[in-house]
Amino acid sequence: MNFPILSIITNLPIVAAVIMLMIPANRKNEVRGVALAAAIIDLLLSAWMYLQYLIQDMTGYQFIEQYNWLPQLGITFYFGVDGMSAPLVLLTGIVMFTGVLIAWGDDDKHVMAGIQDRPREFLAFLFILAWGVFGVFVSLDLFMLFFFYEIAVFPMYLLIAIWGWAKTREYAAMKLTLYLFIGSVIALVGVLAMYWVSYQNTGVLTFDMLHMETANFSASFQYIWFLPVFLGFAVLGGIWPFHNWSPDGHVAAPTSVSMFHAGVLMKLGAFAALRVGIMLLPEGAKQWSWLIMAIAAIAVVYGAYIAFVQTDLKYMIGFSSVSHMGLVILGISTLNHNGLVGAGVQMFSHGVMTALFFAVTGMIYDRAHTRQMSELGGMAKVMPFAAVGFIIGGLVSMGMPGFSGFVAEFPIFMGVWRVQWLVAVISSISIVITAAYILLAVRRVFFNPMPEKLEGHITDVTVMDKIAIFTLCFFMVLIGIFPSFMVPMMEKGVENILRLLGGA
Amino acid sequence: MFTSVMFASILPEILITILGMILLIVEPFWKEDQRRNSGWLTAGGLFVIIIISLLFGQPGEPVAVLGGMIRFDWLGFFFKLLFMFAAAATALLLMDHEKAGHRGEAYLLLLASLLGMNLMAVSADLIMLYLSIETASIPLYILAGFLLADDRSTEAGFKYLLFGTVTSTIMLYGFSLVFGLAGTTNIYQLSQMFADGEVSVLLVFSLVALILVGLGFKVAIVPFHFWVPDVYEGSPTPVAGFLSTASKAAGFAVIVRFFFVAFPAFASSWTFILAALAAVTMTVGNLLALPQTNIKRLLAYSSVAHAGYALIGVVAFSQLGAASVVFYLAAYILTNLLAFGIVMAFSQATGLEDLKDYAGMSRRNPLLALMMLSAFLSLTGMPPFGGFVAKVFVFAAGIQANYTWLVVVGILNSVVGVYYYLNAMKYVYLYRMPNEDEENHQIILTRPYAIALVVLTIGVILVGTVFAPWFSWSDAAAMNLF
Repeated sequence: MNFPILSIITNLPIVAAVIMLMIPANRKNEVRGVALAAAIIDLLLSAWMYLQYLIQDMTGYQFIEQYNWLPQLGITFYFGVDGMSAPLVLLTGIVMFTGVLIAWGDDDKHVMAGIQDRPREFLAFLFILAWGVFGVFVSLDLFMLFFFYEIAVFPMYLLIAIWGWAKTREYAAMKLTLYLFIGSVIALVGVLAMYWVSYQNTGVLTFDMLHMETANFSASFQYIWFLPVFLGFAVLGGIWPFHNWSPDGHVAAPTSVSMFHAGVLMKLGAFAALRVGIMLLPEGAKQWSWLIMAIAAIAVVYGAYIAFVQTDLKYMIGFSSVSHMGLVILGISTLNHNGLVGAGVQMFSHGVMTALFFAVTGMIYDRAHTRQMSELGGMAKVMPFAAVGFIIGGLVSMGMPGFSGFVAEFPIFMGVWRVQWLVAVISSISIVITAAYILLAVRRVFFNPMPEKLEGHITDVTVMDKIAIFTLCFFMVLIGIFPSFMVPMMEKGVENILRLLGGA
Repeated sequence: MFTSVMFASILPEILITILGMILLIVEPFWKEDQRRNSGWLTAGGLFVIIIISLLFGQPGEPVAVLGGMIRFDWLGFFFKLLFMFAAAATALLLMDHEKAGHRGEAYLLLLASLLGMNLMAVSADLIMLYLSIETASIPLYILAGFLLADDRSTEAGFKYLLFGTVTSTIMLYGFSLVFGLAGTTNIYQLSQMFADGEVSVLLVFSLVALILVGLGFKVAIVPFHFWVPDVYEGSPTPVAGFLSTASKAAGFAVIVRFFFVAFPAFASSWTFILAALAAVTMTVGNLLALPQTNIKRLLAYSSVAHAGYALIGVVAFSQLGAASVVFYLAAYILTNLLAFGIVMAFSQATGLEDLKDYAGMSRRNPLLALMMLSAFLSLTGMPPFGGFVAKVFVFAAGIQANYTWLVVVGILNSVVGVYYYLNAMKYVYLYRMPNEDEENHQIILTRPYAIALVVLTIGVILVGTVFAPWFSWSDAAAMNLF
């Protein structure tokens, strides 16, 4: 396995971004072509990597590459994926590919689809974002993880502030950036503290996470630093009560950025919290898991309820993301096999599902110029393909068997039940609320009679859009019908976590 | 006896002097419209000097040369390289300055100041130190007030002169007290004298305070920062860039050497003073940067804040701390030169310097906007730019030295920084010109700007990604202190 697949997957976006920036700005289609080509290659490579891991029944960290970066301080480029992160790399590939398709602006037609203003800069920033996201998922070096984590933060500001929804973009972009930056720098202090204590305990100066796992951090150290590290990263995961930036950010962002944002960026937070918080500070995690579970349960129910009362379709999905990401954190907080497996699958499932939701919402907004559900209706007739996609996404969201949402949510609740049955009961209320708001939205937007002023103005979605919708639906159904496509892998990743938690 | 080591130790300075003389001789023979070629000559000459110094002037084991006046080591050498690079970039940026670009004196003064800074970085004796500080400062007073017809420039020069002379006099008083107590002016013998003698902590405290007045003025830490915004705003923009980078770094070179070498026995007391100053400097700098509407004033306060971040490494008082300060300054010099270079390029094309005038800039010149984005994100401390790694190293050194509270102050300040740096980028990328006719107001970069800015941008990205060589040099420099 000498082919450096992970470093290619990670660095391809930045190479593509640099190439795009060198193309003259007015040659928009060349720029889009480069972006699409790079996205397809990245998707294929990550799918190949994923299938290799799955088919060859690998365990532990695979596809490892390690290069010196700064030997004096023990900083390395250390690539590697396990059963937990490989699906997330695949997810990033999927969302990147569909995001480029959705952003494919049509310069001639009057439909405001895609990105027409400065697509070169847009796609370049989007790819820098993807670079950061891939980098976090594949890094086994704490410095490298943090490096890429920060790279994933700043393009969001530009993408939202420049191409976002004119009404709230400046406010939302700055709010998002400040929240995420505060979270990450607080985590940074914890990371640096871990670095020095690990040096004191083992005598090796390194950011290598596999080494730090054996650093024997004292119980009091873990007790102090677990919360700053976990919560600092989890801010990006949209954890209540630091979720406030997320719906505003989703709504203000242009469609493909919302997809990226809710689809993979929020996973970045949950993943980093899991990877650094839980896996490096397991004792602290055991001490504090009750608190994490409590706030996650609040997020699940509260997010669902707030989503229910929204009138704006995009806000509704934004808050449903808070609720679903709450489920991920809830699964993580159980610290047991079922909960963690469910959380892992939920990360993937929610990523694909919410990307689909935002894609369809964007298509509707581009044509109807409103997202108020009361002003919409009858969309199923003019854009049937999008309607089917949205409904499949809705079924996933409700946790319907046969779709990926069920494979994810059922183990989470099982895991929670084993820890504290009351929390499981309370948080499962969210399933009912979710069903209610999703079905209401489907009826209002797609099946109610179309308002007169929209009549005749709505055109069907483009071919690019259809490809994107199909790709996203494909994975949701695939996992729903064949859980063995993902669950065994997750289990291997979880085994590794449980080993660190002392076989709990 | 004049040995080859002595020669090597001041090789760059000899060459700079020769370059200055060539400039003096050649310049009068050029016609009026060729005079700006002095910039090519200066920058090219410095480039050659950097290469020659790297080939023939590399230090080996640290040695005292020229009667103990100069310490020939990596710390000084690395700083010298940084200063010469900064001066070369400044010369390029100066070339198309409307009022100063065609005046040979400007380049000569720049070289004279550079000479002083180079000597500051290597001085091992209080007398040498004071002389070199003055050599570096006096040409800068003149350069700050170079635009005679412009009242703001005259004010800047005069203000800089007044503050500079007063603070350096106080510092000189501190030096004389040190000499009175220790009986030597050699920095490397001071530590012995202070460790052996019966010197009270309180006395050292006040000595440090007196000397810090002068050095604090050079690096612009609070409360010696009052001159910064006015001087930066008034002086020619490339000069402001030089002041905020090389001049500041020279101050840090002296701070690091002087405190680490002369007072290791009293580390706990002076690190405490510096920690407090660092916290105040970061906070005041960042908070005052928030309401600025003029880009040069914004960068002025941001440069105050950055002095505070760099001080964290000094406070750490460890090899990593010193290495991180040197690294921080290297990254900061590149970044801030880039930022001021962009301001210069923009004002040369448009004559404007307010933040709101940058509206629509990304449509008027996408490349310039991208370079500005790199500079500002690096100042914010975002990867993959130099500012990020530099900050992480400084913070790591702070935490290692158990100054967690100071690091927390530092990160909170970076959050404030995010706000005003990104706010500036909002003008560049989001807002539009009043008539939305950016196509008719394209900004064309002249060749010196294009070269200087592209080199600086690549430098900022290189320092932030391939940081091993830079850190090795910083580390080699820091090793000489212990």
